[in-house]
Amino acid sequence: MSNPKAKLVKDLLDLKKLAQAPTRDGYGFGLVEAGKKNKNVVVLCADLTESTRSEAFKKEFPDRFVEMGVAEQNMASVAAGMAAVGKIPFISSYAMLSPGRNWEQIRTTIAYNDRHVIIGGAHAGVSVGPDGATHQAIEDIAITRVLPNMTVIVPCDAVEAKKATIASVGLKGVVYLRFAREKTPVFTTDKTPFKVGRAEILWDAKVSPLHVAIIACGPLVHNALLAAEELGKKGIKVRVINNHTIKPLDEKTILKAAKDAGALVTVEEHQINGGMGSAVAEIITRNYPVPIEFVGVRNRFGESGEPNELIEHFGMSPKHIIEAVRRVIKRKPAQGRSASGG
Amino acid sequence: MTHLHDDKVKELEQKANEIRQTLIESLIEAGSGHSAGPLGMADVFALLYFHVLKHDPKKPDWPERDRLVLSNGHICPVQYATMAHAGYFSVKETKTLRKLGTRLQGHPHRTSLPGLETTSGPLGSGLSQAVGMAIALRMDGKKNIIYCLMSDGEHDAGQTWEAAMLAGREKLWNLVAIMDRNNIQIDGNTEDVMPLEPLRAKYEAFGWHVIDVGGHDFQELNSAIDEAKAVYEKPTMIIAHTIPGKGVEYMERDFRWHGSPPGKGPEDKFPRDMQGAEALKELRTLWGKIKSEHE
Repeated sequence: MSNPKAKLVKDLLDLKKLAQAPTRDGYGFGLVEAGKKNKNVVVLCADLTESTRSEAFKKEFPDRFVEMGVAEQNMASVAAGMAAVGKIPFISSYAMLSPGRNWEQIRTTIAYNDRHVIIGGAHAGVSVGPDGATHQAIEDIAITRVLPNMTVIVPCDAVEAKKATIASVGLKGVVYLRFAREKTPVFTTDKTPFKVGRAEILWDAKVSPLHVAIIACGPLVHNALLAAEELGKKGIKVRVINNHTIKPLDEKTILKAAKDAGALVTVEEHQINGGMGSAVAEIITRNYPVPIEFVGVRNRFGESGEPNELIEHFGMSPKHIIEAVRRVIKRKPAQGRSASGG
Repeated sequence: MTHLHDDKVKELEQKANEIRQTLIESLIEAGSGHSAGPLGMADVFALLYFHVLKHDPKKPDWPERDRLVLSNGHICPVQYATMAHAGYFSVKETKTLRKLGTRLQGHPHRTSLPGLETTSGPLGSGLSQAVGMAIALRMDGKKNIIYCLMSDGEHDAGQTWEAAMLAGREKLWNLVAIMDRNNIQIDGNTEDVMPLEPLRAKYEAFGWHVIDVGGHDFQELNSAIDEAKAVYEKPTMIIAHTIPGKGVEYMERDFRWHGSPPGKGPEDKFPRDMQGAEALKELRTLWGKIKSEHE
């Protein structure tokens, strides 16, 4: 059942009643809010002002907005220079380009140079849709989380995206905020706890022991909740964790889940190689090895299609999460198998 | 334009000599690193740190300081040597160049060494950072000048031109870039590797004020910087025509000395075991002022 402490929306699993908004909207609202709170906040955008939702900030603070043109590499280093003299720059583009195309500039002139810059990467994941694989960043978590001095946040809905945007002003070093293009369910509320670096339990079986814990990030957290509900009906006891911060990882919550459930499924709209699931596996293998199944894109590029079709096509729908849960239960050591729930 | 007094020119020449000696000694000690670029830029560095820059070696983070952004980080031995002579740290510390635990990293790293404004090495990103500083300081109504030192070779990199375009659009009067036009890069002469000319026309087309000067002439360099500060409607690019390896005759104008220290370079003039001592001897012979422990 839904964790009451998470204070999620009432119609959590009713896709017809749930409000829908893209997470990039939360970035847009968050930028304006952050700009009001801190006069040093500036926004740079590489010719994608409307679609990255940087437009509202530009209207509110025209003197603190810098249009960069189609020049993501320059944008990253210009931001480093602005940060050097006291500004807190957000740089907005598509994730494929920033932190994709400008990765080295982010590494050398921001991360290694220890500057506080926030990268807003919109249009991440295959759910970008008809634009196709060129615009579907599914490698961005891997290339950012590998860098020292980096915080990587993947908000699960527009409300959380706004909170993450505002919170990133108070962090240090480089922050990568990952956003999606498509509208997705808004299922958290203003009261849902959000702290950078702390994963939240959104769903927990009423009685222990758990069979599986699902660790998800981004809008797919909602698919994980839908899967948990279905599994619960079949007697499979599941915990769902919203692991919005991939770096630094909330090792405590993840290790506790591994101990409580004895098996994990990770869910992300990203390559399974090097992504959030890999980050989870890195700490699990070091501390408390349990079977893990990974839901994500399997070593291939995206393609054109409608967002929901693509989520289905690439194996990240609730159905696929349920299948992964069943697979991982079968892999549990003998004493766990009696509780496989069919 | 202000004219430097003869005494000042002599003082700067002496500083440049000391800087060349120190950087050569640090390269010999390190056993790796770049020679040609640092030697060629010693005069520019001497002028900046001992005449032009508003800075305080005892307070490297003084907010009112001018900013010096070194884009072509590989010439850092000349910056380290200059900073040491300016009082940021001891000349002795320059002997730690490139060694484990040193503050003087093989390519400059800001957080290792107070007084550095950026981390650099991968070419083409310094001008962008300087532009960012210039835009941000202007937003706050500050008058600090940002000096960006660049190589000619890094004009192969697209990012340099992205930054040049933005600086032109923004009419950054507070930005003064100085290009080390020494005509060499690692793989050969710049015009053979990837033709850059006409550089002046290119920058002018991007909305910059451009001044060509002799890069070893303190009067010309100083006048150009004064002129740059007086041009309020555009950023300025000073193309400083320099001799790579300047001061060590066997290295001068030879691209093979771009990335080699004395003792590791081509042997057609001197065998490797003599290159270090010869470099220091040539500096001494050239100016008649430098004492060497390598005699």
